[in-house]
Amino acid sequence: MSIKEKGAVKADNPVVAYMKRNGGIIIGFFILATIIQINTPQFLTSKNIISVLRQISTNLYCASAITMILIAGGIDLSIGAVTSLSSVVVSTFMVNYGFPIPLAILVALAVGAMVGFLNGTIIYKTGLPPFIVTYSLQSICQGIAYVWTGAQPIRLTDQNFIFLGAGYAFGVIPMPLIYLGVILVFVWYILNRTKLGRHIYAVGGNEKAAEFSGVNIRKVRWFVYIFSGIMAALAGVVLSARMYSGQPAVGAGGEMDAIAAVVLGGTSMGGGRGSIGGTIIGALLIGILNNGLNLAGIDSYWQMVAKGAIILIAVYVDFVKQGNKLRK
Amino acid sequence: MEPRLLEMNGIQKYFPGVHALDDVHLDLLSGEVHALLGENGAGKSTLIKVLGGIYAKDGGEIIINGQKAEINSVKDAERYGISIIHQEIVLVPEMTIADNIFLGKETGPAANIDRAGMLKKTQELLDSFDMGLSAGAKVSSLNIAQQQMVEIIRATFGEARIIVMDEPTSSLSDKEVDALFDTVKKLTAQGIGIIYISHRMSELDIIADRVSVYRDGKYVATKKVKETTTDELVALMVGREVGNYYNRTYNECKETVLEVRGLTNKNVKNVSFTLKKGEILGFAGLVGAGRTETMRAIFGIDPIESGEILIDGNRVEIHSTQDAMDAGIGLVPESRREEGIFPAMSIKFNETIKVLTEFIGGFRVNAQRENEIADKYMKELSVRAPGTYTLVGNLSGGNQQKVVIASWLATKPRILILDEPTRGIDIGAKTEIYAIMNELAKNGVSIIMVSSELPEIIGMSDRVIVMRSGEISGELERSEATQVNIMKNAVNI
Ligand SMILES: Nc1ncnc2c1ncn2[C@@H]1O[C@H](COP(=O)(O)OP(=O)(O)OP(=O)(O)O)[C@@H](O)[C@H]1O
Ligand SMILES: [Mg+2]
Repeated sequence: MSIKEKGAVKADNPVVAYMKRNGGIIIGFFILATIIQINTPQFLTSKNIISVLRQISTNLYCASAITMILIAGGIDLSIGAVTSLSSVVVSTFMVNYGFPIPLAILVALAVGAMVGFLNGTIIYKTGLPPFIVTYSLQSICQGIAYVWTGAQPIRLTDQNFIFLGAGYAFGVIPMPLIYLGVILVFVWYILNRTKLGRHIYAVGGNEKAAEFSGVNIRKVRWFVYIFSGIMAALAGVVLSARMYSGQPAVGAGGEMDAIAAVVLGGTSMGGGRGSIGGTIIGALLIGILNNGLNLAGIDSYWQMVAKGAIILIAVYVDFVKQGNKLRK
Repeated sequence: MEPRLLEMNGIQKYFPGVHALDDVHLDLLSGEVHALLGENGAGKSTLIKVLGGIYAKDGGEIIINGQKAEINSVKDAERYGISIIHQEIVLVPEMTIADNIFLGKETGPAANIDRAGMLKKTQELLDSFDMGLSAGAKVSSLNIAQQQMVEIIRATFGEARIIVMDEPTSSLSDKEVDALFDTVKKLTAQGIGIIYISHRMSELDIIADRVSVYRDGKYVATKKVKETTTDELVALMVGREVGNYYNRTYNECKETVLEVRGLTNKNVKNVSFTLKKGEILGFAGLVGAGRTETMRAIFGIDPIESGEILIDGNRVEIHSTQDAMDAGIGLVPESRREEGIFPAMSIKFNETIKVLTEFIGGFRVNAQRENEIADKYMKELSVRAPGTYTLVGNLSGGNQQKVVIASWLATKPRILILDEPTRGIDIGAKTEIYAIMNELAKNGVSIIMVSSELPEIIGMSDRVIVMRSGEISGELERSEATQVNIMKNAVNI
C-alpha cells in the first residue's frame, strides 16, 4: 500500500462539500425548475415562490425531525396522525374548553411530545422494530382524532390564531417560514455542533459500538422521537390556522412526504448518514414538482403518479452513486 | 513436480488514494498449503477478494489449471472451484446453521427444498468436527468461534479445488484449531490447494508448505517453510529487524485500584479478584470460559445479579457503560466489527466519539483540537491510511482493530480492559501494542488483558487469572505462570 496524498478525498470547505454531497439532486432541481418555468412562466414570480415556500414549510418541520430519526437508525410513521391529532387538540381546547391561544398550542405540542416519548420508550424497552411501533401509534392517534371529533372539522374564527398560520411577518414573510428558519438552524446546530449530534450519528452507524462507547442510547432515542412528535404537532397547529379549522385528517400521509424529502436529500434509510442541508433541497424539489404540476393544471391523481416516479429515480441515482459499491 | 492449480501475475488494484496491490504474484500447487504473510494493510485480503470476484482487478492475469481465467463475480469464482473463508464472518444470523451451510446450494427442487436432507448432512459435518451443536440452531445464538467453524465447514464441503482461509484461527481455541488442521490435511491429500492467511507465525511450521510475503502492496518473496526461519520471515515482512517482542519493565504494584467481589450473573459465578495500580493482569482460559462475560459485567453491559465492584476501596454502582466510563474504566471489545467500529464513519469520528467533551462545548466545535486528538492517536498506533478522514470500513482488519484501541486510549482510562487486543494484528504492530501497554502500566494505568494466546499472557502479565466454565479456577504469580500451569487450571483434569 502506497499512499498518494493528492488523489485522496480530503475534507473540503462547507460549500464545496455541500455541492459534492448533494450535486445530483441540485442539478435535478434546476433542470426541473427550468422545465416548469418554460411551460408556465408564472412559476418564477415572487408571489408563486412565496406560496411554494409556505406550502413546503410544514412538510419541512416533519422532515427535519425525520432526518435525525433516520440518521439515528429509526423511522417514524406516526407523524401524519400526530399532525391530525394536534389539529384536533388545539381546536377543541380553544373552541370547546375556552383555553387561551398560547395554552391551547402548548397542550397540542405536549400531546405530540407525549406520543414521541411513547414511541421512544416502547422501542427501547421492547426492542420491537421502530416501523411497527410507530405504525401502531399512527393508527391509535388517527383513531383518537376521529373519535374525538366524530370525523367533523371544527371551525376556527379567532383572527389572532389564524394569523399564526396564514399571516405575514412585516407584511411579506409568511409566519410558517419564520418558524421554519428557527427549526432548521436548531437541527443543523444539534447535528453539527453538539455531542448529542455525534451520538445520533453513532447510534445509527453501529448501535452496539455506540453502547460500548458510552453513548446513552435511550436518551438519543427519546430526543429524536420527542422532537419528531413536537414537530408533527407544530405542523398540525400551523395547518389548522392556515385552514381556519381543526381537521381530523389534515396530516394523512404526511409521514410519506417527509420521508420522501429526507431520502431525496441523501439521508440513508440504513442510518448513520445524512444531513439537514440535503433534506432542504429534497423538500424544495418535491415542493416545486407539486407546484409545477398544479400550475400546468394536471389532475391531482396524476400528480401522485409523477411524484412517486421522480422519487424512485432520484433515490436510485443516489443509491448507485453512494451505496452500491460492493464490487469496485 | 505437482501441477500448478493457480497463478496470479502482475495483479494491480487501486482504491481512492491507495495503491493496494502493485504487481503482485502468487502461485499455488495442487495439494499444498500456501501461507500469505504481511503486515496489516499489506494487501492480503484484497488479493483474495480479487481472486474471489469481489473486487475487479485493475491489471494482471489469473491462470487456473494453465488456462487464463475471467473472474468477474463471486459466481464465476465458484465455477472455477474457488471457495473463500473471509476475514469477517458473513453468515446470515437469523437463519439456522444448516440453512447457512447450504445457502445458494440448496438441494432438492427449487420450490420444495430438501430440508430434512440438508439438516442431516449438516449434523454429520458438525459431528465430524466434534462441535456439540445442533444443525437447526440459529447462527445468532453461536459465539464467534463457533460461527468461524460454521464458515469453515461451509467453505470446505463441496466441490472446491482452491480453498482460501483469511485468518481462520484468529478466534478459535486450540482444540478447534487442531480440528481445522486435521481437515486441512484431509483436503490437501485430495489434491486441493489451500491459501492460508494468518498472523500467527507459529502455525506455519505445523501447517504450511510454502509461504509468500507481501509488503506495502508489493510481492516480496516466496520461501519453502522448511528452508526459512521466523526471523527471516519477519524481516521480509516488516523490512527491518523486530527485537524482543514483550520487553516488559515490571513495576512494584501495591495500591489496589479495582476489586471485584463475588460477581455473579447468568454467565459467571462468584468471580473475585483485585487489580493493582500499574499492573497488567492476564485473564487466561479456553474460549467460552467466561472471561469476556466477566468483563462485560464489569463494564455495565450485562446486568449483575449479585456481587460488588469497588474502586479505590469505594463501592461503585455500574449499570451502564456511561457509569463504567465515569468510573475510569475502558473496554476494548472482543469483536471489533460488531462492537468496536463505526464502519461508515471516518477514522476521526471513530477516534473522538468517546471524548467529545474535549472539543465540543459552548456554541462551537473546536475543530483544531479534534484534529489534534485524531492525528495523535492515529500516529501513536501507526494506523495505515491516507488520512484521518478515511472511512474505517475501508481499512484492513488489523488497522480497524488499531482504531478501536486508539479510541480508548484517547479517553485516558485509569483501568483499561483489553479483550483479545492483538487478534488479527501483525507482528510489528503487536510489538507496538505491547510497548504501549508497558508504557501505560509504567504511568500507573491498570490493565486487564484477556487473551487466548498463551505466549502473550505469559510475556506481558504481572499476574495471571485462569477461568474455567464461568468461574475463576486459579491465580498465578508471574513466576508460576507457565504454559503447563495455566493449561492445568484452564481444563478440568
Ligand atoms: N474497500 C476499500 N476501499 C478503500 N481502501 C481499501 C478497501 N479495502 C482495502 N483497502 C485498503 O487496501 C489496503 C490493503 O488492505 P487489505 O485488507 O488487503 O490488507 P491485509 O493485508 O488483509 O491486512 P490485515 O492483516 O490487517 O487483514 C489497505 O491500505 C486498506 O486500507
Ligand atoms: Mg486482511
